[in-house]
This record gives sequence, structure tokens and C-alpha cells, in this order.
Amino acid sequence: MPEGTAQTNSGRVIGDVIMKVENVSLSFGGVRALDDVSFDVREHEILAIIGPNGAGKSSMLNCINGFYHPQEGTITYKGKRRDTAKTYEAAEEGIARTFQNIALFKGMSTLDNIMTGRGLKMKRNFLWQALYYGPALREELEHRAKAEEVIDFLEIEAIRKTPVGRLPYGLQKRVELGRALAAEPDLLLLDEPMAGMNHEEKEDMVRYILDVNDEYGTTIVLIEHDMSVVMDISDRVVVLDYGKKLAAGTPDEVKGNQDVIDAYLGVSHD
Amino acid sequence: MFYREAGQFKTTYRGDQAVFPIFQDKIAVFALIIVAYMVPLVANEYWLQAIFIQFLVFALMAIGLNLLMGYAGQVSLGTGAFAAVGAYACYKLTTNIEGMNVIVAILLSGGCAAAVGIVFGLPSLRIKGFYLAVATLAAQFFILWLFNKVGWFYNDNPSGTITAPPREFMGFLITGPRATPEARYWVCLTFLVAFAWFAKNLVRGHIGRSWMAIRDMDIAAEIIGIRPLQTKLMAFAISSFYCGVAGALMIFCWLGSAETEAFDLFNVSFRVLFMIIIGGLGSIGGSILGAAFIILVPIFLTNFPPMIGLDISTALQKHLEEIIFGVMIVVFLIVEPEGFARLWQILREKLRKWPFPY
Amino acid sequence: MEFLESIFVAPFVEMWNYPEFLAELILVGLSTGVLYSLVALGFVLIFKASGMFNFAQGAMVLFAALTLVGLMEHGVPLWAALLLSMAVMVGLAFAVERLMLRYLVNQEGLILFMATIGLNFILEGTGQLFWGSDVKRLEIGIPDKPFDLGPILLNTFDVTAAFIGAALVIALAVFFQKTPMGRALRAVADDHQAALSVGIPLKTIWVAVWTIAGIVALVAGIVWGAKSGVQFSLSLIALKALPVLILGGFTSVPGAIVGGLIIGVGEKVAEGFWGPAFGGAIENWFAYMLALAFLVFRPQGLFGEKIIERV
Repeated sequence: MPEGTAQTNSGRVIGDVIMKVENVSLSFGGVRALDDVSFDVREHEILAIIGPNGAGKSSMLNCINGFYHPQEGTITYKGKRRDTAKTYEAAEEGIARTFQNIALFKGMSTLDNIMTGRGLKMKRNFLWQALYYGPALREELEHRAKAEEVIDFLEIEAIRKTPVGRLPYGLQKRVELGRALAAEPDLLLLDEPMAGMNHEEKEDMVRYILDVNDEYGTTIVLIEHDMSVVMDISDRVVVLDYGKKLAAGTPDEVKGNQDVIDAYLGVSHD
Repeated sequence: MFYREAGQFKTTYRGDQAVFPIFQDKIAVFALIIVAYMVPLVANEYWLQAIFIQFLVFALMAIGLNLLMGYAGQVSLGTGAFAAVGAYACYKLTTNIEGMNVIVAILLSGGCAAAVGIVFGLPSLRIKGFYLAVATLAAQFFILWLFNKVGWFYNDNPSGTITAPPREFMGFLITGPRATPEARYWVCLTFLVAFAWFAKNLVRGHIGRSWMAIRDMDIAAEIIGIRPLQTKLMAFAISSFYCGVAGALMIFCWLGSAETEAFDLFNVSFRVLFMIIIGGLGSIGGSILGAAFIILVPIFLTNFPPMIGLDISTALQKHLEEIIFGVMIVVFLIVEPEGFARLWQILREKLRKWPFPY
Repeated sequence: MEFLESIFVAPFVEMWNYPEFLAELILVGLSTGVLYSLVALGFVLIFKASGMFNFAQGAMVLFAALTLVGLMEHGVPLWAALLLSMAVMVGLAFAVERLMLRYLVNQEGLILFMATIGLNFILEGTGQLFWGSDVKRLEIGIPDKPFDLGPILLNTFDVTAAFIGAALVIALAVFFQKTPMGRALRAVADDHQAALSVGIPLKTIWVAVWTIAGIVALVAGIVWGAKSGVQFSLSLIALKALPVLILGGFTSVPGAIVGGLIIGVGEKVAEGFWGPAFGGAIENWFAYMLALAFLVFRPQGLFGEKIIERV
């Protein structure tokens, strides 16, 4: 086994570093959302970012995404700088994402939402599309088949044609995951995928996340508040507090870290 | 009873993605198109000129605006200007280039309108909603002023109007004052049918989904890889193309000759906006229904009161028309923001289940 | 080349050579600008309180002026006509709330905007239906005499109008910033539901705001009407006020004022010095182009706050 790789208990092989976050700082006006944060993400792993509310977790994802541009520090993904790149370029590079507050296209059906995830791979120009014939039609059907695979995988066949605005919360979360998966990403960013779900829905979601990681080898960075879930599924954990990195390591290491315990349980400063 | 989809199973994705997945719908639409082509056999010249041709031209424009506003979510009050670009471009092309095929000229003028649309669509990257609406008003005022002021656009014609020259297509005179209304009707109808179909194809494919994604949540759209500038500009370009073609048809097949006034804010931009609000934002069929409605109201107001013995002046008629349109807009926005298109859908649902309530 | 010179060089040379002309244009521009501000203020008021871009503001100006003139034509004395017109505008505010706003709570801004386009047509139609659509003269006794201020020729009417406008603008600014009602208005603008939940009566606020906007429209209608006659084109000054809003930002009272002045002056100066090069009548679109150019660089307007987007 080459240096820098490790085998997890499920048998996946953790590969090389695919993304490096180095000394990233981000502030809005006077508020420092991220302060000198560094960590790296390895291929095929599940990395969890945890921390109390307002610790800068979502801001971190937004920086990776290119939605915010950090004032200091660099983010390198697949050997390229990401911290200055545009949002849509992240998608082109194979980064997909779900949101804390669901960001689905409310006026469109489940199928159409998932099909938007295939958009980057559809190349026919508008003249062909206006005809909806020949290559354009073939392309459309090809991607429809792919989208249906995702629909099958997430078990949402029955709501295929329902406008997503009418779906219950848990299903919307699932459709949003579907949209991200449809892009066949290399790196999947999940912002609180289980927030507001009941126990059963959480179990389903965990299963999907593990399956994606297992079957497609997708690298996953997730933010989550449910500690039992985080400790169960992640290979490594990064802890943020007030924009600073408190600790990083395997779930067991983090669990034992005094700083982390203090940050979560509070500590009296006397 | 007759409108049932039971037993019509789709076994391929292709069948599932058809425009009219239900067999009865397909038959009905084809029948409707055939009937539309036969209208000149029964309608007289007044009906063709005053109602049908006008309706076809405006329906095309409404589809254009709906692509931009209903699907891509970008508000435009510059419809009249884009139509004017099409009309004046077509006039310049046909009068200055010997032997130019008039159909080609109409399509090229659509292209000119698309180019202008792109320029005035540029601010859409920075601004949204009614800010954008105001920006498109700039196009409306500036372009009409330009066509009014610069003689080159109307070949320095002392009257300041542009007049459609007589042009033939495949041996038939289809434009200008001496072309028969039947010929002009068929030309416009063919344009409408073809372009409505193109529009439907666009909106059910990848481009349409990108537009709707930008409309529903632009930030999320960008994060899944939709380039906002390109997508919005394409919406502006294609929408303006439709408006430009409609504008060219307006002069060449409907009015015969016109000044810039024919394209002003109230005559065109607002009327077309009303058509798509009443017809249904984000619906191609709705655009056509809305156009029919907005064209018919004034016709009704001219013809109905005399029929029941009331004599109302043209001024009164115009004010009534304004009030009716205004009330309709408000009522539709409150009661059914998706317009006729949605009402039609509800009716269809009812029909499917008839005679049972559920 | 010659054309470029007539745009980039000649106007500035002329400005240098005829400073009185420039000063006169600026003053005339300022006095028109105050009137633009007045109309723009009507927009800002409603936008702040209901998040509604009220396209019908121009139609309200026309409607108010038509009502006033119509009443006076029927022999009602000026003071009574004024009071009655005000009452009509209050009634309109109630009607709008009752029949329209009530059903549009928490709708998207765009839907609200389109609804006011509908309202615009209703008001234009009804106003002209009742009072006719021919041009009417409005005599309210503001003297219209030219006078000299140094080398500059001014007009008592313009000056009076500017003062009326300025007074109203100041009154409104104070109302917004200093009174509890003003604060409630700003809360409502921020978030309908949040405002409701802390006990601000949404309906009362809306009626109040539309009343104020109606009265502002009446004042604007009187001044514009006395200047150029009461006619359909009055409702078009709303279109003039839109670039003002873009320049000043939709939510800023000072923005509306400064924006109005800038547009007023810019328009007159542009027409005076650049108009000949373009063949005249550039007033119609100049303001829009100015606003558009501005928009690209500063989308939030002169006094608007920078928008931070979140996901």
C-alpha cells in the first residue's frame, strides 16, 4: 500500500489529497467568519465539518464552492486554485452541493430538477434543441436514462412529475441530493443533509450517503449537527469554532480532544 | 368519457417526453391547426385583417416575451423596441438588397433584433426584477427615438414611415398592400405554428431547464454549473428574435406601413405583457390564448354595444378597454397567477374524470 | 469625426463660452428636478411600506389632477375642490387596500409590480371616463412672470413650484425618520410577517401610505397640471421618475431627492448642449441611459445599501 493511503473498515481505499485548504480567512465587514483555517480532503473519504452554530461551517463550503472568495489563503482542488474561481466553474470541475435551506427550483418537477444536474454534460446547441430531433433528442434521452438511475437509487420514482414546491421537506432534501448526484461529482458538499428530519428519514439519508461513497467512490464533505451520525459515518472530522480550526482527526481522536469538549459543553473561564 | 388516458402506457422515455403524451390531445391539436389553415375559406377580409392576422402576429410576440419572462424570469418592457428593430431591419433588407428572399429577410431581421436584445440584456447580469424592467424601458425609448430621428432607417422617406414593398414567395405575392389577406394570413400562421413548436422544444430541453433554474433560484443554478450571463443573454436573444420576426410580420403582413408609434410602450410592450399575464407565465399555449383574449376585447367593445342598441363613443370605448384590462390583470394575479393556461389544465383534469367528481 | 467633436468637444466649449446659459439650464433643471423628486417620493413611500414598486404612481398623479380640475369645472371653489380631491385620494387608498393589497400579502415583488400596472390602467381609464380626456387648464393662482436674477432669466412659477416641492419633501423626510408611524412603515417594508407578529397593523399602515402617496400625487398633479395643463401625458411623468429611483435607490428618501435633481439638471443640460448633435428630443431617453450606465456600476443606487447574498 503506497504511503498516504489507508483502508477504512468498509474496504474503501482512501486516496491522495484532492483538495487542500490553506490558511483561509474570510470576513464580512468586521465579522471574521473564517480565521486561518487549513485542512485537506482525500479522495474517496467522508470528511465531516462540525462546530457550534455560527462557527463558519457554511462559509467554508461557500468558499470551496466559489460563492465567497476568501480574502486570505488558498484553496487548491485537483491542482488548481479554487479560491478565486467562479461558482459555475466549481461545477465544471466536478464539485456538487446541497444546501442548508433547500435550494431547489420550486417551479419545476422532480425530474426536471434532477435533469438540471445533467446540464453540464449536455452539449447540443439551441438550433438542434429547437428541433428536438436527431442528436438533441438522442442526447436528451440518454441523460433522461441517467437521471432515472438517480431517481431509482433515491427511490423517488413516484414523485417524478410532481412540482418540488409541493413535496414535504424530507423528500425535497432527497431531491436536492438527487440533483447533486446527477452531476456525477467527484466531490460532494452536503450542508446539513439531515437537518429537520425524523429518525427514519435520517437513516435513509445516511444509507444514501454511504452508498454513494461506496459505489461511486465520491469524496464527501459534510456539515452535520447530529454527532452520532457524524461519528458513525465519517472517516475524519474537522472542528470549527468561531471561525477557527479547533481540531482535526479521526472521530475517536476528536471525541477525546479537550478543546472540542470545551467548545461543545462550554467551559467556565475563571 | 371520451377524454381518457387509461390504457395509454408509455414504455419508452421518448414516448413519455412527447409534447402531447395523451393521444386525444395530439388529435385535437392537429385538428386545430388544420382548421386554422382553413379559416380564410370562411372568414371575410375584415375578419382576417382586423382579427386573425393581428392575433397571429401578437401571439408570436407573446411567445417571445414568455420565453424571456415566464421561463427565464427576466422582466422586459422593451418588447415594442425589439419588434421595431425587426420591422425596420426587414424594411432595410428588402428595400436595399435586390432579389432578397422575403422569408430570409424576415428571419435575418429576427437575428438583428436578437443582437439588439443581447446588448440590452447585458444589465441583467447585475440587476433583477423591476430594476431590469426599468433598464429595458431604456431600450424602448432609445430605439424608437433612434428610428424616428435617423433618416437612414426609413430611407429618408419624407413621411417618416416605412412601407412594406410587394414581395413574392414561391410565385405568390405575400407582402405589401396588394397581397391578398389570405396569403398574408397563411404566412403568419405558418410562422406561428413553426415557432410555437420550436419554443415548446426549447423549453422542454436543456436550455429551457437552465432558464427555469435561473428564474427559480439563480444562486443554486450557478452552483450546479449554469452560467448566468450566457443563459440570460440567450434568453434575451431568442426572445428578441421572436419579437423581431413578429415585428417584421407586423409591417409586412399586417399593417403594410407604419411609423415608430406602432411599436410604442402602450401599443406593444404593455399589451404583450398583459397577454402573457392573462394567458399564463411560463406557458406557450397560454401565450396564444392570452393574445387571442387581448385582441378580442376591443373587437367585442366595438361590435357588441351597437348590437344591443347602445351607442358608445370611441373615447369611451378606449377607456372601458383600459379599465377592463386593468381589472383583468389584477384579478388574474390575485386569483390565478398562472392564467388561462392553468384554468385550461384544471378543465382538462375535470374532463378526464367526468362524469365523476374525483 | 465631426460628429465625435460635436459630442465630446463642442458642448464643453459652449459651456465655457456661455456660462449664463449653463447656469440657467441648471436652475431650470433643478426646478424640474424637484418635481421629479416629488413623483419619485410617491414611489419610494409605497416601496418602503409594501415592497411594492407602484407603477400606478403616474396614473395617480393624473387621476388626482383630473379630479381637481373636473370638480373646479363644475363650479366648485378651489379650496373645496382641494379638500374633495384629497378625500377622493383617501378613498382610493382604502379601495386599493380593500380590493387589491389585502389579497397580495407576501407575494413576490414582481407579481405586485404587475398588479400595479393593472391598477395604472384602471386609474387612467376611470379618470378619463369621468372627466374626459381633453386638455384642461388648471388655474390655482401661482403667478407666472419672468424675472431676472443677475444675468439669469427665471420664472416665478418655477421658483414657487420648487418651493412647494421642497417643503413637501422635507415634511416627508421628517415624517419618515422621526415619527413612530415612519418607523412602523420601515418595519413593514422589511418583512410583512415579522411586522405583523410584533403587532404592527399592516392594513392601517398600507392605507396610510397609499393616502400619503395619493396626496403627494395630488400635489405633483397640481404643480405639473398648472404648468402644462391637465392631460393624459401627466401620467407619463411616472416614466420620468423611474430613472430617478434607479439613481437614488428604491428605498431612500434622500436618494429620491438627489436623484430627481441630478436627472432634472442632467436632462436639461444634455438637451441644451448635446441635443443639437443628436437632432434634439433626447430628453426622452437621456435619463434612462444615465440611470442604466449608473446601474451597471452601482446596482444598489446612490444611497442604497450593498446587498450581501446568502445561501
